[in-house]
Amino acid sequence: MSAYETQGFKLDNSGKRVVVDPVCRIEGHMRVEVNLDSNNVIRNAVSTGTMWRGLEVILKGRDPRDAWAFVERICGVCTGTHALTSVRAVEDALSIRIPDNANIIRNLMQLNLYIHDHLVHFYHLHALDWVDVVSALKADPKATSTLAQSISSWPLSSPGYFRDIQNRLKKFVESGQLGPFMNGYWGNPAYKLPPEANLMAVAHYLEALDFQKEIVKVHTIFGGKNPHPNWLVGGVPCAINLEGTGAVGAINMERLNLVKSIIDRCTEFVEQVYIPDLLAIGSFYKGWLYGGGISSQNLLSYGDIPNIANDYSTNSLLLPRGAIIDGKLDEIHPVDLRDPEQVQEFVAHSWYKYPDESKGLHPFDGVTEPNFVLGPNTKGSKTNIQELDEGAKYSWIKAPRWRGHAMEVGPLARMVMGYLQPKQFPEIHGLVEGALKKLDVPVGALFSTLGRTAARGLETAYCVKLQSEQFDKLMTNLKNGDLNTANIEKWEPATWPKEARGVGFTEAPRGALGHWVTIKETRIDNYQCVVPTTWNGGPRDHKGQIGAFEASLMDTPVAKADEPLEILRTLHSFDPCLACSTHVMSPDGQEMTSVKVR
Amino acid sequence: MEKRILVLGIGNLLWADEGFGVRCVEALNAGWRFGANVTVMDGGTQGLYLLPYVQEADCLLVFDAVDYGDTPGDLREVVGDQVPRFMGAKKMSLHQTGFQEVLMAAELTGKLPAELVLIGVQPEELEDYGGSLRDVVKAQMAPALDLALAWLGRWGATASRRDDAAEAITDRALAMDVYEAGRPPADQACRLGDARFLNGEAA
Repeated sequence: MSAYETQGFKLDNSGKRVVVDPVCRIEGHMRVEVNLDSNNVIRNAVSTGTMWRGLEVILKGRDPRDAWAFVERICGVCTGTHALTSVRAVEDALSIRIPDNANIIRNLMQLNLYIHDHLVHFYHLHALDWVDVVSALKADPKATSTLAQSISSWPLSSPGYFRDIQNRLKKFVESGQLGPFMNGYWGNPAYKLPPEANLMAVAHYLEALDFQKEIVKVHTIFGGKNPHPNWLVGGVPCAINLEGTGAVGAINMERLNLVKSIIDRCTEFVEQVYIPDLLAIGSFYKGWLYGGGISSQNLLSYGDIPNIANDYSTNSLLLPRGAIIDGKLDEIHPVDLRDPEQVQEFVAHSWYKYPDESKGLHPFDGVTEPNFVLGPNTKGSKTNIQELDEGAKYSWIKAPRWRGHAMEVGPLARMVMGYLQPKQFPEIHGLVEGALKKLDVPVGALFSTLGRTAARGLETAYCVKLQSEQFDKLMTNLKNGDLNTANIEKWEPATWPKEARGVGFTEAPRGALGHWVTIKETRIDNYQCVVPTTWNGGPRDHKGQIGAFEASLMDTPVAKADEPLEILRTLHSFDPCLACSTHVMSPDGQEMTSVKVR
Repeated sequence: MEKRILVLGIGNLLWADEGFGVRCVEALNAGWRFGANVTVMDGGTQGLYLLPYVQEADCLLVFDAVDYGDTPGDLREVVGDQVPRFMGAKKMSLHQTGFQEVLMAAELTGKLPAELVLIGVQPEELEDYGGSLRDVVKAQMAPALDLALAWLGRWGATASRRDDAAEAITDRALAMDVYEAGRPPADQACRLGDARFLNGEAA
């Protein structure tokens, strides 16, 4: 039993413990344990990554030009983002400059990934934390139609349409095969939407399921191979021939027109379906402003979408870069990923070994040496941990810090950073302000679970706009005869220095992502990835400071201890990179129920 | 009308026997040539990204590492309705969430392929990050391909042996021989994952 204070939170692990443990091998496991007080309010939260990911070690000795193909396999969700980060790191190390078209095409692919990821997250991975599917069966289709038409001009909104959807849903429920809906806590009092709003959301869940597959075609067109697109150090691996014909070979006008039509449809869907749904759902939950965690204090974004090729400085980045600390919203600090004093990883509570664990290491000096030991208060065994001892080492994730601070990364960080700089980011400022006005909530409401979810939607609206702009830029280049997509001057290792190091960064949909590479004698000597879920889901550091996940759960009341809907709602709002099935354990280790978590 | 056939290999090739599915489609693509109605695809650990391909198929054949609780290396063929159920069964498939969700979504949109076949191997080792297929599992690739070719034949697909080099299905850096040969020595790269990995099983 212990209690202490950190970052304004009072941690107390004396109450009853609830364990939420995903079981999945794909992208990495995540498990959360919380202590509830006698009123079922969370008073302690412990977030742990339960899977060793030694990507750093398996890349050693390999050709740096191939690293993207390996990192693309880390995870089935961030595929393209890891590959992009990797080629940027290698280009940085070898001072390779990419052509303007390559930069634009990478931007288009990255923006397309954002739109796809955010949309799928909202409708298919997160909506059911807010939407009660079973309640939709009780909705009046006519009233649903009226509701839908009052918030959007989207044409699929007739009473007959909603009646059909309801019948389909009924059939699914009656067959006992709820499919993707099977693991919900339907009927839980934490659900607040009226049946009609639930039915509308279910209809859009299905529409988004159909639409999402159109979005990714952009990746097929520019990336070639599917579903793992190709990447290239020095540019993009697609040639352009405007006069060409057919669906194979170089990119031609026909395929560019297809890209354009997908971009237009994305804009339509986001403006007419996603954003109105977000605001409608938000309006019923604006009294539920839990889950902010450290977001009102510390936010970090590396930035992305360079508008000028090869210029990765703050002024070129269309997604903002910067750090906010101690809640001082009027001061945005510059971020330098090479500075050894800024990004550091700590392992006092992680299953790794450092020579001195009171100090952090910059990723260039990163060490990934496993040290799997359990604290004296652990319950269970190494192969079956029932309760972790957070006083000791308790996670396979390291604890990254920016100048010593735990930071939250992700869409909320990016949107707040843009909102606070209206001159540089007028569109972001306008989108955020518009949503706050519409929901009639103060700026402080952003720092919550709902705020995180809203930021993701607003960012999608910003991205569809950027996508159109980048496409127009590409077309202007092509019409002016610039068809260059790759620079292979430094392709041959003979042209490389004996030793080089570089940093590549992106903003993955779920937050800041960095790869640090050291190349010696043409081979990878060291490779360190600091991923967004490390920033958000990392454990405590040597000072006991908690990370974003742990902080976000603090002080949240849970309506039913055995149905931790509120826990999942908040964790899902980070879009953690874990496509997992979660099992919820009672204190004695009995499985109570299982849900999907990501 | 010709049936549209999708042959999908799923799994993570960085986790030893987890790579079985992807290695099978690589080998199938390298050794055989098919008509335009057959798509051979490395699905990796992609979830919903695979949905459009699944929805477009009349017949779906999946290679995967599946934990049936059998002897390592045992090969099993699962057909029709059994496939989603099988993948949904607790700890049966290693990608149960990811791929089961895809099948459910296909069904929900009324586009589940009419014919489903799962060819799964019982893995020996999964906890070796950066490792390749174990011998007993690797030895089942050829029999697994024979099963698949028989299904493709039943579905009316034409397959002919290749005498030329196919365009590889995965990047050359990940091809099995290159992947195995380029592995850093044991003193630099841990040979096994963590013991906690077993936690899920024990729970």
